Amino acid sequence: MTVPQTRPSGRLKPLPSGPRGVLIDCGTGETARACYRALQARRVNGSLEATDLVPGATTVLVDGVEEPELLAAEIPGWVLTDDTEHTGGTIEIPVCYDGPDLEAVAELWGVAPEAVGDIHASVRYEAAFCGFVPGFAYLEGLPERYHTPRHETPRTSVPAGSVAVGGPYTGVYPRSSPGGWQLIATMTNPGRLWNEHREPAALLVPGTRVRFVKVDI
Amino acid sequence: MSHIEIIRSGVLTTCQDAGRPGWAHLAVPPSGAADRPSWRLANQLAGNATGACALETTLTGCTVRAHRNVTVVVGGAPCAVTVDGRPESWGQPVKLAAGSVLDAGPAEVGVRSYLAFSGGLHPKASLGSHSTCLLSGLGPAPVEDGDMIPLGPSPAHPPLPTQWPAPWAGVSDELVMKLHLGPRLDWFASDAVNELAKGVWTVSEHSNRIGLRLEGPALRHRHPGKELPSEGIVAGSLQVPASGQPILFGADHPTTGGYPVIGVVGAVALAAAAQARPGTRIRFAPIPMPHWDEAL
Repeated sequence: MTVPQTRPSGRLKPLPSGPRGVLIDCGTGETARACYRALQARRVNGSLEATDLVPGATTVLVDGVEEPELLAAEIPGWVLTDDTEHTGGTIEIPVCYDGPDLEAVAELWGVAPEAVGDIHASVRYEAAFCGFVPGFAYLEGLPERYHTPRHETPRTSVPAGSVAVGGPYTGVYPRSSPGGWQLIATMTNPGRLWNEHREPAALLVPGTRVRFVKVDI
Repeated sequence: MSHIEIIRSGVLTTCQDAGRPGWAHLAVPPSGAADRPSWRLANQLAGNATGACALETTLTGCTVRAHRNVTVVVGGAPCAVTVDGRPESWGQPVKLAAGSVLDAGPAEVGVRSYLAFSGGLHPKASLGSHSTCLLSGLGPAPVEDGDMIPLGPSPAHPPLPTQWPAPWAGVSDELVMKLHLGPRLDWFASDAVNELAKGVWTVSEHSNRIGLRLEGPALRHRHPGKELPSEGIVAGSLQVPASGQPILFGADHPTTGGYPVIGVVGAVALAAAAQARPGTRIRFAPIPMPHWDEAL
């Protein structure tokens, strides 16, 4: 059991995002996650009415609020409790480390190509936010020394299920699309990532814990 | 239940309802009719419940055949309307007998006309909406010649015996939009607000439901090359990439972006923007950014 920690609330900075939006600049990704959970809780208990809560890398956007200035006045006084103990489960994603950029990433990381998968699969990730295409989650957790530059020229087409690393994140392409990240692995069943007849449609919603499991195909 | 058949789809005709707000955290764009007021009014005149799905055309109109008796209202961008070749009224309920063909001609001004059918259209739905999303591919694909789109049951209330309540203002060659400054005004050079207030941009032909690309004076970043961590963006955001040429995001906008947003236009301006043709001049009236944090 972890003792809930109080964070300095001064780091939450409300910025206007049009006549009905507030962009909360949280300074760090960790504070943004806590702020997103606080906003969700307020929405559930009825103290916040908004159309959308959209987490970003270090921000949360609250869109579709009637009186954004009232919300903005409240925000700097919030005390975020950081419930580091995760109660939900972890999604496991079976992958085969066979991506076309495996060797290039190994060189960037300064390890043997066989070690890339071991390192990538040893990290516990959290879906920080979604973007790009429905079902694509930016997974946070890679130690800084494994942060990876993007390709200068993005590939015009990346196959569905490609597992990639880019900047501080890793992610899985839910469908074939252009992509600028380094491809290191393939997910065996990418159809799981997005299914609009399922609730929620996305497998990896913000806040989901994720683990990659190494398999051989 | 029956169908309407697409005889001529035009350059781009999509199905649009109120869209799918509330899913932005899963990277789902809001979509929905680009010109909300025109879409809403066309549905009202067709006797439909709020939120019914209609056809949204782009510049060239479209042609449909009814497979049952149905009332149609053509609204939004004004255009010639014919039924089986005979002239009919724009902006008023038109009775279309089963087998008849209605043509909505090219937009005379503006870009997007709306064809609202009594009972509404019921194409494939994604996340509760029939709207086509050009960015994410959710919802039905843009309509093609020969498509059969199901109609819903005719509404109990007959179409209102009225005309378009006010003459459609259309759009002039120049639009002036109120721009609420922020959230990332501080990412721009100190002369950016001045530049915004006096500059004139033109709508590029590379504009669509995702956004209007604007060509004109560059809005310079304060620290060129500095990267903004991806953050949520709202419809109406004026995002400025490194080139300095702004993009005004519309209904099918990406939910997050990594370039700073200098300001946001409201719903009224966004509807006008949806009717702005390539070449339209755009000016902004910047509204000062409230400094919420400093008051505390």
